[in-house]
Parts: sequence; C-alpha cells; structure tokens
Amino acid sequence: MKVQIDPERCQGHGRCYDLAPDLFGDDEEGYGQVLGDGTVSPDAERNARLAVVNCPEHAIEVS
Amino acid sequence: MTADERFIYQAPDTDEEFGVRSEIITGPVSDWATDFSHLEPEWSADPYPIQDDLRQRCPIAHTDRFGGGWLPTRYEDVAAIAYDTDRFSSRSIIMGNFRPPADIAPIGGSPPISSDPPFHHHARKLLLGAFTKTAISRQEPATRAFCHELIDKLEGRDVADAAAEYAQHIPMRVIADMLGFPPEDGPRFREFVESVLEGINLPPEDRIERMEGLFTYLLEQVHDHLDHPRDDITSYLIGAEIFGQKLTAEHVTGAMALLLIAGIDTTWSAIGSSLWHLARNPADLTRLVAEPGLLPTAMEEFLRAYAPVTMARLVKQDMHWHGVDMKADDWILLSFPAANRDPAQFDRAGEVVIDREMNRHAAFGLGIHRCLGSHLARMELRVALEVWLERIPEFSLADPAAVTWSAGQIRGPRALPLRISAPG
Repeated sequence: MKVQIDPERCQGHGRCYDLAPDLFGDDEEGYGQVLGDGTVSPDAERNARLAVVNCPEHAIEVS
Repeated sequence: MTADERFIYQAPDTDEEFGVRSEIITGPVSDWATDFSHLEPEWSADPYPIQDDLRQRCPIAHTDRFGGGWLPTRYEDVAAIAYDTDRFSSRSIIMGNFRPPADIAPIGGSPPISSDPPFHHHARKLLLGAFTKTAISRQEPATRAFCHELIDKLEGRDVADAAAEYAQHIPMRVIADMLGFPPEDGPRFREFVESVLEGINLPPEDRIERMEGLFTYLLEQVHDHLDHPRDDITSYLIGAEIFGQKLTAEHVTGAMALLLIAGIDTTWSAIGSSLWHLARNPADLTRLVAEPGLLPTAMEEFLRAYAPVTMARLVKQDMHWHGVDMKADDWILLSFPAANRDPAQFDRAGEVVIDREMNRHAAFGLGIHRCLGSHLARMELRVALEVWLERIPEFSLADPAAVTWSAGQIRGPRALPLRISAPG
C-alpha cells in the first residue's frame, strides 16, 4: 500500500499528520507532506485509512 | 518615535460611505424557507431542527431580510459554494445590512478572509507560517498553565460559569500573546467581538462608531509596536511585504482585526459547546474521563455536531444555481453547521457519537479559505478539555434555563452555569 497527497486539493487541515504522524508531516505552511516514498507498512495501514476518510478535501489517495 | 507614514491617523472605514445599506428587518420569522434570519432568538437557541427541516423541504432557503440572501443546508451545496470562488465572493463574510462596494474586492476589509483570488493567495501565504501545527505547539505549555490558573480560581465553588469564567479567557489570552496586545485588554476584546458579530441589526451610526473603536484600538497597538518592535504577529505584519511592497495600513489593521475577532469567540464557542454536551450526557463524560485517549476523536465529533462557525458570501452575478435564481449581491449564509449534520454525508448525522472514526466534517470550512487558525483552535480546545476533565471530572448543568447562546454567525454558550465537583 502507498499513500499520496494531491497538492491541488490539500488545504492544510492537517488531519493526515494528526492521525498518521508516521506517514505524513507538515511543510512550513502547514500543507500535508508524505514522509519518505509513501510506502505503508502493514502496521500503519489502519492509520493510513483513517487519514483518507478524515481528509475534508479528499486529498489523500491510497494505491 | 518611528515615522511610518502608513499609520498616520485617518478616519477609518471610508468604505462604509460607499457601500449599500439595506433596511433592518427584525422580529419573528414567518417561514424559515422564505424569511430566515440567523439573528432571531429561536435560531440562536437551537438552529439544528430548523436546518434539518429546511434540508428536507427547501434545501436552499431564501430571505428578503438583509437585502436578500440564501441559506443552503445540504453538505453538497455548502461545499460547492465554498469551492466556487469564481461565482461567490468573500468581500464580505458577515451577513448583515451593509454590503461593501464591489471594488473592495479582491482584497476586502480583513485579508485574507475577505479576499478573493488572486490576491487571497498572497495575503494568506503571509500568515500561514505563524499558524502551522508546529508553530502553534509552542503556545501549548503556556495555554495549559493558563487553563490550570482559571480552574484554580474556582476553588471552593459549587457552581461555575464554564463559558464566562473558563472558555472565553483561553483564546483571548492566547491571541493577545500572539498579537502582542496587553493581556488585561481582554474585556475590550469581548466588546469588539460582540460589536462585529452580534451587533448586525444595530443602526448604522452605532455600527460605525463601534468599528471605529476597534480600529482606533488596533492603530494604538500598531503605534506601540512601531515604538517597541517585538517578536509577534503585529510587528511581523508591519514589516511584511507583498510584491516587494509593504502592506497598506488597512491591510495591516484588517488582518489584525481578523485574527483578534476570529481567534476569540470561535474557540470560546467550541470549548463551551463541548462542555455543554458533556454536562448533559453523563455517559459520554464518564467514558472520556476513563479513556482520555479518546479525546482527539471526541473533539472532532464536537466540532462536527456543534460547529461554531457559519460564513457568508456574496453572489457575484445574476445566475440560476442549483434550482434557484440568485441575484448579484445576494448573500449566501454558508452554514458549515448545517452541512455537518446532513444525513447524506454522515451516518447518524443528528447524533453525537464520540468515537466516530470517519469524520470528514467541515467545521473549519473547505477550500482556499480553510480556517487559518484551525491548528490553534484544535490545540486550545484539546488543552482546555484535557485540563477541565482532569481537574473537574464530575459536572452537570446547574440550571438548564440559565444557559444562553450567542447570536449570529458564531454560535456557542455565553452563559453556562455548571454544578462542579471540587477541583482536583
């Protein structure tokens, strides 16, 4: 599993880095950033899905 | 004295002379679908049944009050308007009886909340860095200490007003620190907040006088910062530039007004509504005290169910939109609270489910105007609730009839007497 943020949609609500801090961080303006290459370990899959379903802008994609 | 010609005193609010005033209409609403008013006591007391009813029978309600406006109550419509900055302008975001002139766009009176693209991006970018989660985390220790001080003052009391004696002081103190204003000016901030957000139906001369009071105060703070520059947002704005030019005085004071007003009663409302809910729902209270790790999830549910903030937009041009005929300069009352209770978007939309895991709520707005202070608000709300629950784990409404709610676009308890256990 891999996560991605669509920068056109992200508005910096920060739900992803609140809910899945191992997968996402914030940049200097508060927009979400994928940490590393976005590969999600099996342990982190639940948090990745939480980030997806709580992003108000539908900016996070899982593949 | 530092000479900065931008801030030589001039009578503020010149745009008040050029805007359009509409007739002030107050009194009971005849039909919420055709005559709504968010300033009537019935709405303040409990807007949710009204919104739920409208969503079913008239999802884009209309009013002739305030010179004409619309109230969408479906999530889908609220989101579409929030995203459509081409057809809906933010040049005024407080629905009332005064429309600022069209040429105030795209900057507006309080950038960036009042700004439209393309200017909006630049005005917002200036402030984003000060409001990231990382930047805000630096305020957390002082916020926590201050919450404890407020609870310490309740020692020996059986009843305390959680809105007036607790919730309101927390965001006031934090934003005063961030702007570099004297913390003892809190009572004046409350006046400013009430003037801007609740005095909507006052006669124009009263409104102008109150706004002048706010901007005179802000200019005094600017001059104090010119004389004594320091590391805070006011000094930052005075020195900031867009396109290689210093900001105008109106931009500096407008942004300060925004941070002061929007930073206070919004979070005050969110803290108060959360405590109000817990005071009335002992099962939720008991569970949160036993499971403090659930608080971040519960807090999002309080933000969804009791979203404090409703915004406004102005229609740019006559158009047929989602089944209704909108006219240029009609208001849109952009109710994020109504969107947050739309059953098409949320399961059990009308219930407060404190362990709701999927919660794509719009309490902080959607699109380019996402609340700039959302990370600050979340920190304040979390710390305020953590400290209260740790110190006062048992409480209930002392007198349900004594609870009062603010009027207008920001909704939260303004009197909230609680019967409390002895603070631990």
